[in-house]
Amino acid sequence: MASIALSHLRKTFGKVIAVNDVSLTIADGEFVALLGPSGCGKTTTLRMISGLEMPDSGSIYINGKDVTNLPARLRDVAMVFQDYALYPHMTILENIGYPLKVRGVSKNALTAQVQAVAANLQIDELLMRRPGQLSGGQQQRVAVARAVVHRAQVFLFDEPLSNLDAKLRLEARAFLKHLQREVGITAVYVTHDQAEAMALADKIVVMKEGGIVQVGTPLEIYRYPANTFVASFIGSPPMNLLSCQLDGSQLQVLAGDDTQSIGIERMALPSRLTAGSQFTLGIRPEHIRLKTTPTANSIRGHLYVTQTLGSESLVIVRVGDLLITIRLFQDEAPPLPDVVYLCFETDHLFFYGQDGQVLQ
Amino acid sequence: MQKAVLSRKLSLLFLTPALVFVALFLVYPFFSIFQMSFTNRALVGANALNPQNVGLQNYMDLFDTQDWMRRGEMGHSLWLTAQFVIGSALIGQAGLGLGIAVAFHNRKGLLRELVFTLAIAAWIMPDVVVAFAWFAYLDPDGTLNQMLQAVGLRPQDWLFDYPLLSIILFNTWRGTAFSMLLFSSALASIPPSYVETADVIGARPWQKFRDILLPLLRGYIATDLILITLWTFNTFTPFLLTGGGPSYRSNIIAIYTYEVGLRFFQFGKASAIAVIVMLINLVLASIYLFISRSRQRQIA
Repeated sequence: MASIALSHLRKTFGKVIAVNDVSLTIADGEFVALLGPSGCGKTTTLRMISGLEMPDSGSIYINGKDVTNLPARLRDVAMVFQDYALYPHMTILENIGYPLKVRGVSKNALTAQVQAVAANLQIDELLMRRPGQLSGGQQQRVAVARAVVHRAQVFLFDEPLSNLDAKLRLEARAFLKHLQREVGITAVYVTHDQAEAMALADKIVVMKEGGIVQVGTPLEIYRYPANTFVASFIGSPPMNLLSCQLDGSQLQVLAGDDTQSIGIERMALPSRLTAGSQFTLGIRPEHIRLKTTPTANSIRGHLYVTQTLGSESLVIVRVGDLLITIRLFQDEAPPLPDVVYLCFETDHLFFYGQDGQVLQ
Repeated sequence: MQKAVLSRKLSLLFLTPALVFVALFLVYPFFSIFQMSFTNRALVGANALNPQNVGLQNYMDLFDTQDWMRRGEMGHSLWLTAQFVIGSALIGQAGLGLGIAVAFHNRKGLLRELVFTLAIAAWIMPDVVVAFAWFAYLDPDGTLNQMLQAVGLRPQDWLFDYPLLSIILFNTWRGTAFSMLLFSSALASIPPSYVETADVIGARPWQKFRDILLPLLRGYIATDLILITLWTFNTFTPFLLTGGGPSYRSNIIAIYTYEVGLRFFQFGKASAIAVIVMLINLVLASIYLFISRSRQRQIA
């Protein structure tokens, strides 16, 4: 059980700045996801917490204790790698028990502890096999079991589900979340999959180009993306982002040669928006209503494609040079004419300035 | 099964040059030596023109229990060879090579480049050049003694007083690069996460070596040991340093064979030695094949 604090962490590899001025606090028992595209510094941040990388500057505290200069083995963390790092020459029993063996636990005590953990994770049938004889999902559980047996203060996960197929990944997500609740351990989880981060984490840290872009609960991040990067990264499909210009009482959607206007009477426009200013309008696919006839404040578009996803369906509409996605909570999109009209739910609009930051 | 690209006839045609070469330079000498080992053939004298069949006489001479361990006889020579192989190949080359490879595992930098470059340089230089350099190095007035004197130690006549130790050190220096390269490329194939997991778990360096690196290297070590054992067993280069002496004290088996055959021109006896050496090599190679096959079975 431990809290973690990162203070102004910085790490460079040659000329590449991998992590730049990252500060973050993680509460005891919290499940935090570091989310971002590849190369955003999330894995480097995780590796600095583990002690496998040393920061160029900044400090790391675990339970209030400065561990910045401690080697990995003295930090009392457990890590699950993307490739699971199971030792091929050891049985599953030996693999899971290795943290205990290193500490000099007797053979009998080791076997008993491993069996208890393995039974809990439903892999007790596999203990005499070798990693090569296990499926990906089983290997993943063994890697987690090895971390559990370690009884470390902190769990670190480096994209542990990305080698699994889609179905197993969903299973493993539920399993990991359940396990973390049960053990009540502090966990830091690196992923590039926003759905995984949403599903697992108590708190999501969105990273980009070595820095933190936004921190919040999954719902906060989803409901109030602080900038266009987060807006376009979170949600599946992500938010529609439209370049717009304010023109008197009209809002112009700048879609190449097909600029259309909608009234702003019912919109809560940020005060910083003045006539003529350009900005980005964000709206989630589920907050656009699709009409077959023109209504007040609708914009006209051409049907591009429809996608049936089973429980819901997506309609993609082309407006000028923009593609706008609309989510319908019905299993199949109704037959639609070539020309459709889009009506934005004005309560759910986001306004981003030209720097990409949300406008209050 | 894939269909063969060439017809059987055509493929035989392509194989012919290689088969002729192998027959001429490998199969024929093998059988002719085998046959010669039962004769008293020599370069000069009556037996040169009319070699006679002496049956197992050559072999009985070699294994004569009375003389067997005397200096300059085969038993003594095999004993020296065993020390030479264990000292310079197993402990020296493999041990040092493994040590260097593990020490520089996952490391970069000038020191690694320097050590690797020096080791490889020692490995690729021509025998005669290297032997001459070591001759100068170990000479009573040589570099080593001058260095010893500079730090106040007594100089030694290395090649005279410690001939076996000298050639062991020489062969270690000469051949470590092979083991080092083999082990470091084997280590490079181990995923970094294996060692990192152990780091996070809290394993000490020696635990990581014993529990993770060594077991994963086991197959490579077996391959390396057999190869360098065979090479060291058959090497002739130490002759350039000590000539097998003084008074046969570095008379390893390759030098012994040379002496009997090409100095005393007892072709029959030398052939018998060659046959025995071949049998020893065959046993070593069989062990190697056995180990590497059982390794493959383990993987499959």
